[in-house]
Amino acid sequence: LGHGSGGKLSADLIQRVFLKELGNDVLSSLEDSATLALGSLEPAVDDARSGPRIAFTTDSFVVKPLFFPGGDIGKLAVFGTVNDLAVVGATPLYLSAAFILEEGFEIELLRRIVISMRHACDQAGVTLVTGDTKVVDRGKGDEVFITTTGIGLHAANHALSIRNARPGDQIIVSGTIGDHGMTIMSTREGIEFETALQSDTAPLNDLTRAMLDACPSIRVMRDPTRGGVSSTLNELATASNVGILLDEASIPVRPEVHSACEMLGLDPMYVANEGKLIVVVAEQDCQSLMKVMKQHPLGRDAAVIGNVTADHAGMVVMRTLVGGQRVVTMLAGEQLPRIC
Amino acid sequence: MQRRAITVSGIVQAVGFRPFVYSLATKLRLVGFVQNRSGVVYIEAEGNDTALDQFAEQLRCQAPGLSRIDDLTWQSIPIVNDAGFRMIDSDRAELAQVFVSPDVATCLDCRRELFDPADRRYRYPFLNCTQCGPRLTIIHRAPYDRVNTTMAAFEMCAACRAEYERPTDRRFHAQPIACPDCGPTLQLLDEMAMPLDEADPLESFVAEIKQGNIGALKGIGGYHLVCQAGDDAVVNRLRQRKCREQKPFAVMVRDWTQAAKWCVIDEAELQLLQSSRRPIVCLRKRVCLRRRKDVAGISDAVAPGNAFLGVMLPYSPLHELLLDRVGDEPLVMTSGNRSDEPIAYEDADAAVRLRGIADRFLIHNRPIHVRCDDSVTHIIAGRESPIRRSRGDAPMPIKLPFDCSQPMLAVGGQLKNVFALGSGSNAFLSHHIGDLNHLSAVDTFQRDVGMYEQLFGITPRVIVHDLHPDYASTRYAIERAERDATLAFAVQHHHSHLASCMAEHGIDGEVIGVIFDGSGYGNDGTIWGGEFLIGGYRSFRRAAYLRPIRLPGGDKATKEPWRVALSYLTMAECDVEGWLSEIDTVIRPRVVSVVQQMIDRGFNSPWTSSAGRLFDAVAAIAGVRQTVHFEGQAAIELESLALDVDCEKTYRWNMTNAIDAQDDWHPSLDTRPLIRGVFADAKNQVDKRLIARRFHNSLAAMTVQTCIQLANSASLDRVVLSGGVFMNTLLTTLVAEALEAKGLRVFLHERVPANDGGISLGQLAVAAHHGQC
Ligand SMILES: [Fe+3]
Ligand SMILES: [Mg+2]
Ligand SMILES: [Zn+2]
Ligand SMILES: [Zn+2]
Repeated sequence: LGHGSGGKLSADLIQRVFLKELGNDVLSSLEDSATLALGSLEPAVDDARSGPRIAFTTDSFVVKPLFFPGGDIGKLAVFGTVNDLAVVGATPLYLSAAFILEEGFEIELLRRIVISMRHACDQAGVTLVTGDTKVVDRGKGDEVFITTTGIGLHAANHALSIRNARPGDQIIVSGTIGDHGMTIMSTREGIEFETALQSDTAPLNDLTRAMLDACPSIRVMRDPTRGGVSSTLNELATASNVGILLDEASIPVRPEVHSACEMLGLDPMYVANEGKLIVVVAEQDCQSLMKVMKQHPLGRDAAVIGNVTADHAGMVVMRTLVGGQRVVTMLAGEQLPRIC
Repeated sequence: MQRRAITVSGIVQAVGFRPFVYSLATKLRLVGFVQNRSGVVYIEAEGNDTALDQFAEQLRCQAPGLSRIDDLTWQSIPIVNDAGFRMIDSDRAELAQVFVSPDVATCLDCRRELFDPADRRYRYPFLNCTQCGPRLTIIHRAPYDRVNTTMAAFEMCAACRAEYERPTDRRFHAQPIACPDCGPTLQLLDEMAMPLDEADPLESFVAEIKQGNIGALKGIGGYHLVCQAGDDAVVNRLRQRKCREQKPFAVMVRDWTQAAKWCVIDEAELQLLQSSRRPIVCLRKRVCLRRRKDVAGISDAVAPGNAFLGVMLPYSPLHELLLDRVGDEPLVMTSGNRSDEPIAYEDADAAVRLRGIADRFLIHNRPIHVRCDDSVTHIIAGRESPIRRSRGDAPMPIKLPFDCSQPMLAVGGQLKNVFALGSGSNAFLSHHIGDLNHLSAVDTFQRDVGMYEQLFGITPRVIVHDLHPDYASTRYAIERAERDATLAFAVQHHHSHLASCMAEHGIDGEVIGVIFDGSGYGNDGTIWGGEFLIGGYRSFRRAAYLRPIRLPGGDKATKEPWRVALSYLTMAECDVEGWLSEIDTVIRPRVVSVVQQMIDRGFNSPWTSSAGRLFDAVAAIAGVRQTVHFEGQAAIELESLALDVDCEKTYRWNMTNAIDAQDDWHPSLDTRPLIRGVFADAKNQVDKRLIARRFHNSLAAMTVQTCIQLANSASLDRVVLSGGVFMNTLLTTLVAEALEAKGLRVFLHERVPANDGGISLGQLAVAAHHGQC
């Protein structure tokens, strides 16, 4: 349990096992994608790069159910990796896909997934160039797991990093939060709500391209997937050593997602998204960036949800509807009762 | 003729102990001297044997009210033949354990001066002496000298300085000494917190209150919101503006005879009300107050649905003056905050946060450095049972039954947070820090942990925390232990409760612990809260517990008792249709069906054995309430109803044996028959008071039966009762009386709260004991 929820336990696992054994400058920076300078084999003379900078990332998808309103595992596998490339400012170009299939998994279902991946690649403008398939015994896997790896190309003029947030910066979310996670949960648990929920799975590279073209000074972009907006912002606050002050009233949540969260006792701040961005931008560039985002179909509901502070460094704080200031922590794992 | 070297240890510094020694020695015609030395008072006294014996005896029995003598030893030394008795300066060379006094209510001498037109401090709102006044709330750092308090900014006038320096004066070394010529002054602010030029700010403030307006009053440990308690309209307006719909307000009355008009007061309660700690005392309301809406004095809206009323007496000169002006009118005196935020105590913050709530502010220019909420307490079975231990109590140490091998910090829980520092056999419990979900509570926690460490000279080598991974205190402990390279030590929540009650009674060995609370993270990762533990400081085992249920929505279910009721009813296989149509008006059927699915599928519905949730379920099934506005509301109302009737009946229950994941046998208390009983009664429209009473009887009987079985099988005869549920006077009395009647020895909390405000003491005790072996 816990370690896979995108919360504190996941972060601890990464720190204590992977970074401890494998850590290097690139891996330890914990960006969504690694940025690599592909120069010549000769050592660079000065700091001038002789070759292109690429972004490189990988992700595994183990979602249940495989098909859900608004998407399926194939679409997720393509867009998830595309988005990890997009948020570091790269243009996604090539993907690989590796499948682990459980023996007996229906070929027809696999075909549906693969077709969906093809559409997703077309939509995102990327090419799937290599792949692999393994079959494990019945009971040793769970239908299908997909791992995608992606390569993108960096433009020269930006330097996005989770370490770049500065006091005074504004924080933008590109749309409503919690749609994907709540859809997955309700579909998986067979819980029906009055209004059907739909995942927000989408490729963000077109939106991020438009944003970076208009506003190259953007400091941070992240896609708040597992662990939700709260985990992403907590990582950001720690990495940049700044405080974050959010305004509860300004956080966009669909009414149906809000009511589903209320019923289930979940906080949308901790629920996963698959087509949303968190953006940190200097205050003077905020309005022009918002304008660009709102013109894009995936940024229509974009909202400024808070700002970066010098106070309470490392902490995310929410100004609540009654005017209080609540600490939004990164959970260890699941949301567990704390009221004694 | 003889000379004795006497050493007195305990709380003997900064409490007027040396002047007391001086006058006693002079009276008995002894010569010699008295001096403060590294945490003790050292006396050399010379005279005839009878006088010396008398001296030793009176040192003990006439010591100043704020002092506490832990130890007094002496030995004969050679005669010196001094000319007289002297008081000599502190010897600050060595460091030993320092003590800091809690804030103390205005003493009788000061009160007399306050109302004496001939006195130079007549009607001066900031008078105090060595026996009274602010202490913890004004201190910045050790040692407790004026320069280290918020009084540093005020330069003493010649008259005050003379008193301060004269050994025989009752203000000798009274650090916050002040008078109208040199001390703090009052200031009135308008509703925007802008200064008003008023000749008599207090008089104008009182006039506003009497006109039915709301005032913000800067007190000792924070801001209060004040209004007339008898005025429905203003009490409701205060509720609206404060976003506090139903949680009870406390009232302040001028003296105990006023309190006796509205509440029943026994001897023990009277003593508490008047003690120099001046806590809020929860008193049983008189019936007439609850029955007749037209009784003037205290509005029903002050503590709706509650059999008790929190009452306190004035504890600062400013309160004395205010109540003197207001007269017989009781005042609502509630924490200055919005909703359940921590109380405001800094002027700038208060101005921002209380704007829009208060119509007038009465403030002063003596800064409050340490936020300190009013303490809350009550009497159960003739003995005090604290609910919140804060102003007037903190940071008075509690003696541990053994020494901490190394200095340690216990960080407490998430809600009602109180931290504790342990050094030697002293446990310094902090004031009430509160709900660590709030930024200002987290800030206070971090700052005041640092301040206490500096104040008491304790650098923790061990940091003790709860098992719950998401308590802010746990995070702090783990991060700090990593940063400081000290040891982090986890103690299970209910083990802490058990150890807390044992430690304050100084008992050791193995006991039966009945720990009933809302929730705590269990060793098995499920949520515990209806526990019968067998153990001591070293270890414990979970000997029995309430049969677990699903908690649909986690903390959400704590705010909506109907969810817990649905879970219980489902488990008890009751036909819920009828009940559902009853609660239809409050809860939409669609929501009910989603929650039912959550229970059935176990989705976001952790298992819990919580006793607090059993109260919620019964309250909801009986139709008392389906949602709560504050923690514990359903249980409080259920208790209030039960107290209204006399009845011996119980519902049925089962004791069964269940197997847990580790293949251990556990007696499990099957509450399903009880739930069926409550359900049937509710369906048959049985008086809610009777249902509530029978439920209390049943839970008490179940508890007693379980304890007796465990006592027999484990050959134990001591039972400690802890956890927030034991703030319930009826349940606690029923259980304690029945157990004692069966020959078992029962230990209740008397010095720290049974709720999570007491767990840091338990955390400390467990870790300290662990370090010993
Ligand atoms: Fe507890
Ligand atoms: Mg990813
Ligand atoms: Zn006094
Ligand atoms: Zn003076």
